[in-house]
Amino acid sequence: MPSTRTVDPTRRRQAVAAWVLALPFTLVFLVFTAGPVVASLAMSFTDIRRTDVRTPFNVNFVGLENFAALLGDETFRKVTVNTFLYLVLGVPLTMVVALAVAVALNRVTRLRGFFRVGFYLPVVTSIVAVSVVWKFLYREGTGFNSVLAWVGIDGPAWLDSTSLALPSLVVMAVWRNFGTLTVIFLAGLQTVPKDVLEAAEVDGAGAWQRFRAVTLPMLQPVLLFGAVITGIGYLQFFEEAFVMTEGGPLNSTRSVSYFTFDQFGFGNWGYAAAASYLLFLAVVLLTALQFRLLRQRD
Amino acid sequence: MAATSHRTPRWLYLVLTVGLVVTVLPFVWMVLGSFKPDAEVRAGDTFWPADGSLDNYGTLFSRLDFPRFFLNSAVVALAVTAGNMVFCSMLGYALAKLRFPGSRVLFALVLGTLMVPGVVTFVPLFVLTTNLGLTDTLLGMILPFVAGPFGVFLMRQYVLGLPDELIEAARVDGAGELRIFFSVILPLCGPALATLGVLTFLSSWNNFLWPLVVATSEDRYTLPVALALYAVGENATRYGLLLAGSVVVVIPVIAVFLLLQRYIMQGIATTGFK
Repeated sequence: MPSTRTVDPTRRRQAVAAWVLALPFTLVFLVFTAGPVVASLAMSFTDIRRTDVRTPFNVNFVGLENFAALLGDETFRKVTVNTFLYLVLGVPLTMVVALAVAVALNRVTRLRGFFRVGFYLPVVTSIVAVSVVWKFLYREGTGFNSVLAWVGIDGPAWLDSTSLALPSLVVMAVWRNFGTLTVIFLAGLQTVPKDVLEAAEVDGAGAWQRFRAVTLPMLQPVLLFGAVITGIGYLQFFEEAFVMTEGGPLNSTRSVSYFTFDQFGFGNWGYAAAASYLLFLAVVLLTALQFRLLRQRD
Repeated sequence: MAATSHRTPRWLYLVLTVGLVVTVLPFVWMVLGSFKPDAEVRAGDTFWPADGSLDNYGTLFSRLDFPRFFLNSAVVALAVTAGNMVFCSMLGYALAKLRFPGSRVLFALVLGTLMVPGVVTFVPLFVLTTNLGLTDTLLGMILPFVAGPFGVFLMRQYVLGLPDELIEAARVDGAGELRIFFSVILPLCGPALATLGVLTFLSSWNNFLWPLVVATSEDRYTLPVALALYAVGENATRYGLLLAGSVVVVIPVIAVFLLLQRYIMQGIATTGFK
């Protein structure tokens, strides 16, 4: 039976071509990304263990048992607090360093590109490799403590202390990460109109006042965006702790990602999936918060 | 003297230079340390190698299997990069310029996975790769990363900026839809493809969690996996050796970055992501 709807042949050809172009990506993406995102959620409601790897559909539905068990798991509570600490220490520190460098770069006329590349350098390097380097820099006698020894200070064993290890890892992460934000903030600073700043200067506003009253408010969306992408990074903190402290001492640097990896290693896959979904939830909430704040501003 | 406030003060260059030295110093320390014997690194009393040699590199490349790890890393990173450049430019163009049923859903789906942490997918991915017989293979490391959402986002943004008239003119000339993509659009995507290529290569080269999970035999280790496992294993006290290993991981990436940094900075400017 001939179709009563006439389809514009150009539109039709376009649609066919579009799907030919879209198909390879879509297939791989559904199988290796979208599928696992859904499967992970499904797994979090089951008791799947390593022994079920060949028969993943042969496991028992356990409802919210994994989530309930996580809330009562002392290690999970510990790693949640640690992850929160990575977030609340790491984000402001990274932002402040990045903003200070960006403001300075924005005032420089010569060599700006050179400095920008230099400050960005740690971002492109492997976290594992720089963690190896910083692990040794933190060790007694080497690196930082030999610098402190020159000025007569007997430096502590940074990574062996339950109170100093986590902040030490954060300092390294700030060094590794601030370059991204510097580049983003610098681009933002260049959109702040010069005439507004000059008008403020004519009105007698000092450099700090101009920064507080003109630059910062105009930079707000960029700062918010920077805070969120940095926050998402710190929520997933893992490699630094894996290499530098192996999560210790006494789990003081173990993160939620690390916990998930551990549970995977122990064979508790449903439990690991549940923990990973709680982390995912935190990422989603942080992103939603960004959109909320941006809308409030408009 | 109003003009003076707009000139860059000298002290600012001094501050920036000090900041830059502090930023780069760990890399300098790493390179210098890689020429020192373990004991000299641990003692920490020399900056410049007192007893410098290439022994650590000799151990890495002859006694340990670093040529193999280097090759694994390179194969995986190049395959992932090529896959993303091909797949993402195709879909990015379709989403930006062609009207087809399902395009909105597809784009929403891709954007929705942009923020998914790696730990969310690795458990089901491991079940999948095991059942496909791909654990402990390089293909198993490559496949989950050849179609990344970031590349689609980047290519779509770039193609949106190309004028529609180009496509319409080609259609008037009688070019087929696929031909338009391959011979009109793709040649104009050079800068975006370069950005995507560099960023994908870097993130694949540095990728850790998934290769760590998939590679069960030492033959399949990538450089970061090998380095991390040596650093926490029985070689943990071989400071000089591990620093040389770090140099092998870091220096190629720094070289690629310095050569192609223009494209990375462009990528951050267009998408806001690293």
